[in-house]
Amino acid sequence: MHLRRVNPFKEILRPLGQLLIFIAGSAVVISAITLLLAVLLRPTRSDIDILQVTLVLLPQVLIDGITLGFMYAIIAMGYTMVYGVLEFINFAHGEFVMFGAFAGVELLIWLNAQGVLKTAELGLALVWITLAVLLGMVVAGGLAVTTERLAYRPLRGAPRLVPLIAAIGVSFLLQDTMRFLQSAINGDFYRTFPEFGPFAQRLMLFTVNLDGRPIDVAIQYKAIMLIVFGVVMLVALNYLVNATRLGKAIRSVAQDQKTAALMGIDVNRIIALTFLIGGALGGAAGVLWAFRFTRVDPYMGFIPGLKAFTAAVLGGIGSIVGAMLGGMVLGLLESFSAAYFSIFSRGAFGAEYKDIFAFGILILVLIFRPQGLLGGKTTQKA
Amino acid sequence: MSAHATSTNRFLRIFGGPFGALLALLYAVGVTYLLTLDPRSLLARLLLFSALALIYFIPQRPAVKFLLGALLVLMVVPAVGLRNPFLLEIGFQVAVFATLALGLNVVVGFAGLLDLGYIAFFAVGAYLWAFFGSQQIWHIDEPPGTFTVYATFPFPAWWFWLFIPLGILAAAGMGIILGFPVLRLRGDYLAIVTLGFGEVIRVLANNLDKPINLTNGPQGITPIQRPPLPEFLTNPALLATLSQWAGRPINANDIYGFFFYFLGLLILGVTIIIARRLDRSKLGRSWTAIREDDVAAVAMGVPLRRTKLTAFAIGAAFSGAMGVLYAANRTFVSPETFSLTASISILVMVILGGLGSIPGVVMGAAVVTLLNIDILQSLSLQLSSLRQGADSIPLLGIPWKNLPTQLDPARYQRFFFGLLLILMMIFRPEGMVPAERARLELHEDEGEAILNAEIEGDIAPDEKLAD
Repeated sequence: MHLRRVNPFKEILRPLGQLLIFIAGSAVVISAITLLLAVLLRPTRSDIDILQVTLVLLPQVLIDGITLGFMYAIIAMGYTMVYGVLEFINFAHGEFVMFGAFAGVELLIWLNAQGVLKTAELGLALVWITLAVLLGMVVAGGLAVTTERLAYRPLRGAPRLVPLIAAIGVSFLLQDTMRFLQSAINGDFYRTFPEFGPFAQRLMLFTVNLDGRPIDVAIQYKAIMLIVFGVVMLVALNYLVNATRLGKAIRSVAQDQKTAALMGIDVNRIIALTFLIGGALGGAAGVLWAFRFTRVDPYMGFIPGLKAFTAAVLGGIGSIVGAMLGGMVLGLLESFSAAYFSIFSRGAFGAEYKDIFAFGILILVLIFRPQGLLGGKTTQKA
Repeated sequence: MSAHATSTNRFLRIFGGPFGALLALLYAVGVTYLLTLDPRSLLARLLLFSALALIYFIPQRPAVKFLLGALLVLMVVPAVGLRNPFLLEIGFQVAVFATLALGLNVVVGFAGLLDLGYIAFFAVGAYLWAFFGSQQIWHIDEPPGTFTVYATFPFPAWWFWLFIPLGILAAAGMGIILGFPVLRLRGDYLAIVTLGFGEVIRVLANNLDKPINLTNGPQGITPIQRPPLPEFLTNPALLATLSQWAGRPINANDIYGFFFYFLGLLILGVTIIIARRLDRSKLGRSWTAIREDDVAAVAMGVPLRRTKLTAFAIGAAFSGAMGVLYAANRTFVSPETFSLTASISILVMVILGGLGSIPGVVMGAAVVTLLNIDILQSLSLQLSSLRQGADSIPLLGIPWKNLPTQLDPARYQRFFFGLLLILMMIFRPEGMVPAERARLELHEDEGEAILNAEIEGDIAPDEKLAD
């Protein structure tokens, strides 16, 4: 994160290009490995043609992986930015995601009860979703700032384990606080994303002929929306960090807190703003997550949080570009392992093993390249 | 212990001297009397626990304290347990979790390696005996839920005693297997990787019902054998006498309650002795050294790899033994027991009591276990009995029976754990019964103030060194 002269136009195009390269690169590599495996394993099964099944599933698996990758990337931003300025893993970040998801879903449920959602066309439906995402951002961002002020700031400068343990505490506390709120108000602790708009419809892209079998390559409106939201948010964050005064202040605090303070930067304010931005991104990701998987519950944030952290480490923690790459790789990998692991192992191992893949990768990265794929210097201090 | 004498507050000074010992004894007798009046009372159980804590803190000679504690733990609890077996159950669980907390304390407290997947080692021990002590070995080719329960078992029940050392070895082995890849990691990275490891073990336990059925999946393994009771404990004359004392029929199952209580205490006792010896050994000092500054420790000739690996192995070993015992006690093992919440609850015990402090950790384990299985459960029970009635919540005016069952306090363990962790970290990071070193480190300023007063200088010792 070095300081340099800024060309605002370039600051929008550059991350767009990077994103495109990351998506295409990781998609090609992972697809190639999978196809190679399919070819190698083809003789082991006589009942079905593994290669053909693999190819039929491939487009959908890729789209699923990319949307998941965007969500991981957005959540990973929160980890990586906070780590950048404080060198501290905010364990409770997944709970900010969860709070954001609940805020957005509650808004949509309320709107649904008013009857405005049922009649919504695509354009109006988009407005409602955007509103829900914005509300999720506000709630999660506010929660992140409050948490920082109440639980983390008093512990700044304490031995390293102390804030980490407090963050685990915050994570648990927030989970059950939401559970309590939901139980007290709704009598049950989970909510479902209301169904509305034409998001389930598919946009036909093209048809491929495979051994005389036509395969439709189609993409759901939902997936398109998730991707658009993801691109907008990642590019906006890049712009904010690289091309604005605030971004400059954040980067300088990340580089050296004391010197930044000497240069007239209000370090406490910048740290709070970092939490606000990270939390807001998490909240947005939460609403998108709810949109994608429909069910929200108080414990939904934990595992995505952990995966997003893995993504951040994979890309090189502290690096925003790295978090984008890490999220993409992890999302694709998870989607591929969930889809193909069971086919390749003759049903012996199911999709449940995808979590093991994610953690296995985390461990491998930390052993062989602790600075991550894109991390330059080792920032790890004791 | 001398440090405690100096920091003893005014209230505890009443319990000094022979008169104080008598006072403590009186308190213990009073609590016992209350317990015999109503063996089911939560308040009486909490008072009993407070008596034990009090005995630890009073300024008496260790021998006197030990005698008083033994009186309560070895006489009063079993005696009252005759009438209310739940007390023995609580005692057993406290012993199990205190042992686990002591094991985690070796890793986190002594060696400073934050392990968030510690429950995995407990799972290894539990599943080891669950597999060999049940009929699972006969069902290896059958999917869960399809097989019949036979009357016999593949291995004799007394193998349980073999499996305690085997559980220790297996868990220690797992500790080393986990230890190798994470040797280079520190602090927060280590925390995340161990957390992932814990999750991996749980996912495996959940899914290894295919391709071969090792764990029976989410349904768990049951029945698991218990070790055979010695002949003299189950003889009808003894049972008849005990039934007379208890005022209720006592059967072999109740005897198992006593058996596991004492066995749990025995293992806990051995663990405490080992942990104390380790803390003061050369290895213990090496752990302290790598905890405080591993670069400096290596420079001083501490073998980093070996020291870290032994910390993982020994910490894991304690929970391996308890896993075997726990599986036998429950006769049932399922992946649910080994969740992340369980790992964190053990961490809460260690933090609450005081990182690195053996008495603190045991006390923390007792408090958290009581909170978990006794206090919250009792509150839930009271709430549900209120729900049966027609009364309303005071002030709010909502009838109790409209209160959703989702609001049962027993469902909110995480809330209390989280709150405890945050509050402890902000206000008392050294724990209830701090280890000497942690107290000095975390209250450096206060310590310096005292030192300054003692050396009558204006310069703190640190600054002197820096000059």
